[in-house]
Amino acid sequence: MQWFDALVQGILLGGMYAQYALGMALMFGVMRIVNISHGDLVILLSLVGISMASAWGWGPLPVLIALVPLAVLMGWVLQKTVLNKVVGSDPLPSLIATFGLSVALQNLMLQIWSANSRSLPGGGIESQSIEIGGIYIGLLPVIVLIVATALTWGLDIMLKRTRFGRALRAASADVEAAAMTGINPRAIYALATAVAVGILGFAAVFQALRSTVAPADGPAQLIYAFEAVIIGGMGSVWGAFIGSMVLGISQGIGFRIDPGFGVLAGHIVFLIVLATRPQGLFGRA
Amino acid sequence: MTAVLSTHGLIARYGDFQALYGVDTELNAGEAVALIGANGAGKSTFLRSIMGLLPVSRDMVRLDGEPVGGTPTDRMVQKGIAIVPEGRRLFTGMSVEDNLRVAIDQATRVGAKGGWTLGRLHQLFPILKEKARTPVQSLSGGQQQMVSIGRALLCQPRVLLCDEISLGLAPKVIREIYAALPEIRAAGTAMIVVEQDVGLAQSATDRLYCMLEGRVTLTGRSAEVTREQIGEAYFGAGHAVV
Repeated sequence: MQWFDALVQGILLGGMYAQYALGMALMFGVMRIVNISHGDLVILLSLVGISMASAWGWGPLPVLIALVPLAVLMGWVLQKTVLNKVVGSDPLPSLIATFGLSVALQNLMLQIWSANSRSLPGGGIESQSIEIGGIYIGLLPVIVLIVATALTWGLDIMLKRTRFGRALRAASADVEAAAMTGINPRAIYALATAVAVGILGFAAVFQALRSTVAPADGPAQLIYAFEAVIIGGMGSVWGAFIGSMVLGISQGIGFRIDPGFGVLAGHIVFLIVLATRPQGLFGRA
Repeated sequence: MTAVLSTHGLIARYGDFQALYGVDTELNAGEAVALIGANGAGKSTFLRSIMGLLPVSRDMVRLDGEPVGGTPTDRMVQKGIAIVPEGRRLFTGMSVEDNLRVAIDQATRVGAKGGWTLGRLHQLFPILKEKARTPVQSLSGGQQQMVSIGRALLCQPRVLLCDEISLGLAPKVIREIYAALPEIRAAGTAMIVVEQDVGLAQSATDRLYCMLEGRVTLTGRSAEVTREQIGEAYFGAGHAVV
């Protein structure tokens, strides 16, 4: 029973990681942009959300509704002004540019919000739980998992069925051939990053609800997102979701073995996948 | 008669290496022109320069008399030029139909009209209907070439550039693909066909240009130029006739 509980908690934790990982799956897995500032963007959006809540007394839902369009706009501007200048078959320029952005964002946040940890008041939902067969399941983690599943499903459908999705897949398969078919890759990339950062808007609200955030927390979120995408396999949206679950479950079981072992357990499973199946669980060899 | 597409002293470089030394060509409406020449003569570079894939000056390429040199590739497609690139360059990981649909999407987005539909393409290459859901990487070379041609046609071009569409294919498959060209021309599409096989190039086109080391060395009516003329233009003066 104890282990089953660990499994359930791990899946719920995986739901949170999936929200970080989806944007990464789109940017790194599909566009091959290594965005080092991924985690910092989550934290920035969280802090903006927290400030909105405290300034205007908003609950989590109004914050979410305001934050997601803001995130979409941020992503679009980020791609237009920075990333479109460094995108290409070589991942190094985007890595360096976003590394610089990451450092700048962390310092900017420190300047505005100080180093204190903050969180978003959830009006009680963060502490509610449901008991099912002797296992207590937090209401908030369940909502996080449901939202993560819906976002994954929506993103997968968007990539497979829409004009934008086909154009993005075409540009990521062969950017020159895509241009020869009439696609403007930079316009498509700007939209894709807008979507990716938009998803981080969801992650930011839930992250700030379930725990605390501080300006220096970004890099840790970045690592989880990277690991989930690589475990799942590049370019696969459901792969990133499953990768997040694998990471969450590994940590959940690791925490149960020893509270200090949880995070390490996730990293070890990541390394095992990297060593035995480098293309990821759902990636093509 | 004004040319649909023309080049005027077209010069192109890859860094320090100059690949084209002032190429003058013209393509009239509905015409098919062959571009022949040895490997490294600059044929693919010529097509890439037209498509905006290499930096060239504005005046060097004209479409309906309007200078368009150096226009970004996607804008050139909107202006009515499509290319069947060397090596096919299909979108791997996507199905045949999705590869074609990418072109349809973009043509719809910019409101391009030209009469090519999925149905008409399926009449031209029936196998593409049968294989609609197959991932492109599992098709044979000939079938992949048909997808590549189809994708270019669905961009609704007035001018179609074909870069070595027979490369690496069996003779029977080459005949099958070249058999489609008259129908494409009948739709009013002008064509520049880059081809290694000189006989094939002559039979499929009205006029030809032969290139050598980045320059045009021969132009003439495909049916009228002689083997000797081509041999000289192909290899340079003083070549050994075998």
